[in-house]
Amino acid sequence: MNAAVEALRVSRAWTVLAAVEDPEIPALSIVDLGLIRSVELNSGDTLEVQLSPTYVGCPATDVIRRSVEEALRSAGIGRFAVASVLSPAWTSDWITAEGRRKLAAYGIVPPERTSSMRDVLRKPVACPRCHSSDTECVSEFGSTPCKALHRCRGCLEPFEYFKCI
Amino acid sequence: MSAMPFGRVEPAALFRYVLRLGDLSLVLGQRLGEWVGHSPALEEDLGLANIALDLIGQARLFLSYAGEVEAKGRGEDDLAFLRDQGEYLNATLAEQPNGDFGQTIVRQVLIDAFQLELYERMQTSTDERLAAIAAKSLKEVRYHLRYSSGWLVRLGDGTEESHVRAQTALDKLWPYTVELFAEDELDRAMAEGGIAPRLSEVQAAWSERIDAILAEATLKRPKDRPHSWHGKRGLHSEHLGYLLAEMQHLQRAHPGARW
Repeated sequence: MNAAVEALRVSRAWTVLAAVEDPEIPALSIVDLGLIRSVELNSGDTLEVQLSPTYVGCPATDVIRRSVEEALRSAGIGRFAVASVLSPAWTSDWITAEGRRKLAAYGIVPPERTSSMRDVLRKPVACPRCHSSDTECVSEFGSTPCKALHRCRGCLEPFEYFKCI
Repeated sequence: MSAMPFGRVEPAALFRYVLRLGDLSLVLGQRLGEWVGHSPALEEDLGLANIALDLIGQARLFLSYAGEVEAKGRGEDDLAFLRDQGEYLNATLAEQPNGDFGQTIVRQVLIDAFQLELYERMQTSTDERLAAIAAKSLKEVRYHLRYSSGWLVRLGDGTEESHVRAQTALDKLWPYTVELFAEDELDRAMAEGGIAPRLSEVQAAWSERIDAILAEATLKRPKDRPHSWHGKRGLHSEHLGYLLAEMQHLQRAHPGARW
């Protein structure tokens, strides 16, 4: 098999993966969330997909893995193997620029960068609707492990913040 | 001497050590799960359930690894659901009953701060698998402590009643913290093999962190007393048996049942 055909198969796999929705935030794909570490063809002609779990106890992890396998199978991508990789640990910094844009459009405030984590734990999160920074954290844990629940004191609306991790 | 597959420690010792880590997370996670549907407010229901999920996720990683180290074909589920109380190696603090919300929060702060300081130092373990699990879990534990310490400050520095309840819970649970840092031959072997940090180091950092939280919460740090609990060696308080009976019931009654 020549290099061009191999590259084509890998890039097709990426296209397939980019269409796999996150089960909790369907506005985003798993590629937007930075969950795919790598896609490579090994010497045995098997496509190896490395997947990072977001939170160790996130119930969506198994669902995501199954969706990835189903998508690759129905795309007829050939032999593949999906592996879960712990290290390096997934960080919200891996959410792509496109992913951040989609989060914001969906009404979820995108995470701060982890490099500013120390400030983040103190700094108020700006309201996605009225942009007021007069907001409060209602709960560190929202409807999913990855989000915190906030409330805007300006427009009084509740909103979700995708935690920086 | 043949080369040991896990660096400078015996597989049997590493197996027991990894069980200590996994069982601490599993038992605490199971305890927090008891709050689901009973918390003081919906936000707390979500918060405690989410922390429980993270802890059970950690336990799955540790117990899967323990099963591989043991190499007798036992997986995470076998270790979680088919071991008896005497084979559970969590520190006794984790299995203490939820009590009121204040007691749950005190127990959580004490263990969150312990896991935070332990995992922080375990990221550089010579055991790559433990280093990876520690690095991954550490990110989540920071949020756990942020949640639990935030609540402890609100309760301690809250009303007269919430203050008394928080202080009572602290006095009650404090003696169990001694076991977390009581270094035995297994802890020593792990530290010497570069697998885990020295517990004295973890204790110093933990102590400083706890002092700062207690000061903000206007709570008084109880005096250390010699402890008589040895959950880390499988000798538990009367509470663990009941917890396991509930947690393991389904697998014991219907062995091998799956969703």
